[in-house]
Amino acid sequence: MRTDEDNRPSPETLLKVAQAEEAEIGRGKLKIFLGYAAGVGKTYAMLEAARLRKQDGRDVVAAYVESHGRAETDLLMEGLEVIPKAQVDYLGVRLPEMDLDAVLSRRPQIALVDELAHSNAPGSRHEKRWQDVEELLAAGIDVYTTVNIQHFESLNDVVAQITGVVVRETVPDSLLDLALEIRLVDIPPEDLLQRLREGKVYIPEKAARAADKFFKPGNLMALRELSLRRAASRVDEQMRSYMESRSIAGPWPVSERLLVCVSGSPYSERLIRTTRRLADETRAPWHTVYIETPGGSRHVRENRERVWRDMRLAESLGAQVASLSSTSVAEALIDYAVRNNVTKIVVGKPTKPRWREFLRQPLVDQIIRLSGTIDVHVVSIAEEQKQVAKNAPRQKRPVPWIGYFKALMLVLATSLICEPVHGRLEPTNLVMLYLLAVVLAATRLGRKPAMLTAFLSVLAFDFFFVPPRFTFAVHDAEYVITFGALFTVGIVISTLVSRARERAEAIRDREVQTASLYYLSRDLAVTSDLDGITTALLRNMGESLGARIAVLLPERERLVVRRASSELELDAKELAVADWAFRNRSAAGRGTETLVSAALLYLPLQTTGAVLGILGVQLLDEAAYKSTLSRRMLEAFATQAALAIERVHLAKQAEQAQILQARESLERALLNSISHDLRTPLVSITGALGALRDQGSPLELESRKELLDAAWEDAARLNRFVGNLLDMTRLESGALKLKVVPSDVQDLVGCALAALEPQLGQRRVEVSVPAGLPLVRMDMVLMAQVLVNLLDNALKYTPRQRVIELAAALADGILTLTVADRGPGIPESDLKRVFDKFYRVPVPEGAGGTGLGLSICKGIVEAHGGSIRAENREGGGLRMTVSLPIT
Amino acid sequence: MLDDPKGSQAKSKANLPRVLMVDDEVTILRFLRSVLDTGEFSLHHAENGHAALAAAATVRPDIILLDLGLPDLDGVEVIRRIREWSQVPIIVLSVRDGEDNKVGALDAGADDYLIKPFGAAELQARMRVSLRRSLQEAPEPVYSYSGLEVDLARRRVLVRGEEVQLTPTEYELLRLLVSHAGKVMTHDQILRRIWGSAHAEQQNVLRVNIRNLRQKIEEDPSRPRYIVTELGVGYRLKCD
Repeated sequence: MRTDEDNRPSPETLLKVAQAEEAEIGRGKLKIFLGYAAGVGKTYAMLEAARLRKQDGRDVVAAYVESHGRAETDLLMEGLEVIPKAQVDYLGVRLPEMDLDAVLSRRPQIALVDELAHSNAPGSRHEKRWQDVEELLAAGIDVYTTVNIQHFESLNDVVAQITGVVVRETVPDSLLDLALEIRLVDIPPEDLLQRLREGKVYIPEKAARAADKFFKPGNLMALRELSLRRAASRVDEQMRSYMESRSIAGPWPVSERLLVCVSGSPYSERLIRTTRRLADETRAPWHTVYIETPGGSRHVRENRERVWRDMRLAESLGAQVASLSSTSVAEALIDYAVRNNVTKIVVGKPTKPRWREFLRQPLVDQIIRLSGTIDVHVVSIAEEQKQVAKNAPRQKRPVPWIGYFKALMLVLATSLICEPVHGRLEPTNLVMLYLLAVVLAATRLGRKPAMLTAFLSVLAFDFFFVPPRFTFAVHDAEYVITFGALFTVGIVISTLVSRARERAEAIRDREVQTASLYYLSRDLAVTSDLDGITTALLRNMGESLGARIAVLLPERERLVVRRASSELELDAKELAVADWAFRNRSAAGRGTETLVSAALLYLPLQTTGAVLGILGVQLLDEAAYKSTLSRRMLEAFATQAALAIERVHLAKQAEQAQILQARESLERALLNSISHDLRTPLVSITGALGALRDQGSPLELESRKELLDAAWEDAARLNRFVGNLLDMTRLESGALKLKVVPSDVQDLVGCALAALEPQLGQRRVEVSVPAGLPLVRMDMVLMAQVLVNLLDNALKYTPRQRVIELAAALADGILTLTVADRGPGIPESDLKRVFDKFYRVPVPEGAGGTGLGLSICKGIVEAHGGSIRAENREGGGLRMTVSLPIT
Repeated sequence: MLDDPKGSQAKSKANLPRVLMVDDEVTILRFLRSVLDTGEFSLHHAENGHAALAAAATVRPDIILLDLGLPDLDGVEVIRRIREWSQVPIIVLSVRDGEDNKVGALDAGADDYLIKPFGAAELQARMRVSLRRSLQEAPEPVYSYSGLEVDLARRRVLVRGEEVQLTPTEYELLRLLVSHAGKVMTHDQILRRIWGSAHAEQQNVLRVNIRNLRQKIEEDPSRPRYIVTELGVGYRLKCD
């Protein structure tokens, strides 16, 4: 008996539902009008639905609708707002395309986009129209679109099998899954054929012949069934996910997990599609792996492009893809399967001749032997091979004719060497010389020329040296053994040597990769700023890939070029592509499917958290953009760079936190100082006032005066402190503007002394200002303040009977003002700190100042471009020296 | 608007100098009143700019004590409007200690500028100087202060009894200061009256002339006793 507890959806299920629902928020909804052939009336149905929505008051526009001049369709279009099509120039022909930016900026609630599978004209932002649609959806616009069943990726080859027509314009199945609603537009095939005869179906001219082949009752019936099944299975899925989320128990099987391995062979694509269909039937997640083996390096280089394409196909069909490296394909595959809880491995039926199984156990057998509890599903692929091979033209490698020619020359040369010595040497030893040639060919020319060398060597040996000479006839049957051995050994040697060479090359390749990554990470490890990172990237990627690089980082919501190789100039269009990549967190530009006309490939610099910037790459040749090797390298570089940038960001944050902390402690000191310096004078002021106010108090006239004097002095002190605080605030906030005027130094000194008149009293200040000093440009008010503060400081610490010296001098364009006292001086270690805010020399009397005076001096003097320093005098006391440059 | 100072008699009230105190702070007004309520003045007050302008016309004060930070009108504007029709002495009392504020107020026509906080004695002294200058019919022909004697009629300058020779410009400068003895003269005011313009180059000439004048009349030019520099504002000739 099951309790409610058991029926509760698992956390993962709930999470999935939540994620799906979340993804829907803010995203536009997709409605697909699905047909099984041209002419079933998809566009008509879409327009009808659009009219209804419009009547409901929704904002509907026709982003791209092709009426093909059909009157009924035109009638439906009436009253619908149409976004003008963009005209894209391609090879002198103007091709009408959907104006994506116009639709995005118009922001309707619903956009009608006909023919989802359409390929955009080269130079458009995306290669395919479905990518345009995805962008519309991402922008929150609902999209109504039409598509025929044969355009779906996973059904592509099935349709090709049924109809014999290969459809090149495909749409990923994920789009079908994404659609909120699929409306099947269906008419019986007889009616469709009738309409075709009446000329009501629009067929592009160039496709007319294909159409003849296509519109056959059998084909149409099959396609119709396919689309009905697809739509039905979709309903099934919705039902199932609804039941799952509402925890309605149902008869669905335990989730399976499928795994398929691609090798870069022509059959891989077929395997992938088959696996996707299998996965669909059981609603199972599926994985696609590529396993690189050291011995397979020849394969890799030949099929690099195909592997790359296969992996992307798998990804677009919804697979989780991975790339592994191992010595044994079977072991790595099983290992991956076990780690990922795979229940079923899909492999192709072996196509190699049976005799080879004696040499090496086929992969299928290896997998089966290792698989344990995992099912192995073997699918037939042989019959497809021709067609697929035809459809996917292989890239032709340059035929190494020169290698074969060299092989021929090598054999001739060997024969020439053997000629003079053949009388003196046994013929079997001549064979050794030929073997030497084979080895030479294997190491220098590669496998096939080496095999040719082996073959030619046998012929040459027979022809030139085996009696009867200069015929291929052989008298002595023993020589047949020699021939056989020479040929076999030659073949084996050439195979072994060339394989060793390839292996070495692969290792070297990887070595280069690893080394360049190592160098990059070493360089990145020692940098602590963005400039260092960009420099390291530029240098390392330039060296290892010969690439030109641009690093783009966001600055105030905009992406700007932080650093670029010197020959690289990014125009507005390139920046727009980079921006797109940044916002959509995916690669764009050259070598991708998005905005392919860009000059550079743009990779997001992404860490787990966020996209930190964009790496723009220009590679040496076109092929490099598509090769897995360089893409993997680029991605590795991008990851390294992203991590380094993130580290810099984090370091900066930490630094800011530290600054904040320092500021906080300063503010605490300020608060302490303020509360102390403001309150202390208030004690005597309020005390005195209180005593005077209390009229009954029996105060003597004498003590009354004393109280008043103390209060008066403290009020003055309070006023000075507030003044200092204000000055400090002005200095720090930058509100202080120097008003530089030609000033008389003597007048300056006089003003300072006059301001200190009350404190000076009878104390002696020795002033030495040379007569005839020229006027000096300075802010006289502020400089007088400096002198006042310095003198005030000297007064505080100098015993009453000692003299204070004030001197001015002009030498070498520098005006020096010195204030010297005979006080206790300052400990050497504190000399620099006296200008710090709130630094106070501990004095026993407690006659300390605000701790602001000297730092205000420093601020003012530095604002004048001058400097101030403190030093202890010989014989005791402190000397303060202000140096001002005269401009 | 009109105050009735406690203890003053109605008949003598008309003869007493009338003081108009303009400030929006009640505590300041209270302080001023307690300091000035000595029987020497008849006290009036206004708490904003417009009231001050109205009172200046109705009370016809002999001296105005004006705060710059008024709620409705800026104090400098008040000075300017009063100066359109009256030469009544105006002493500015303000917390604004920036030189720009001082120069602005003085150039607008204020006679003196006191920064808050100030002592009562200081205020009374400044008021006396201003009042005396405004009440006297014609300037005294002879200025004499602590050993310096300037006889305007005879164009003679005596320092501790000895005659000092001055250049024409130095004499003009001294004469100007003497005729405004006790009052701050801003750089601009001096420059306009003696050189007719206030160019930047003239500032140097003014400073050099002041220095030379001090060399001739002051005992210790580093601690001048007669010509006092008001930093960033101008100069003032001391008087008793």
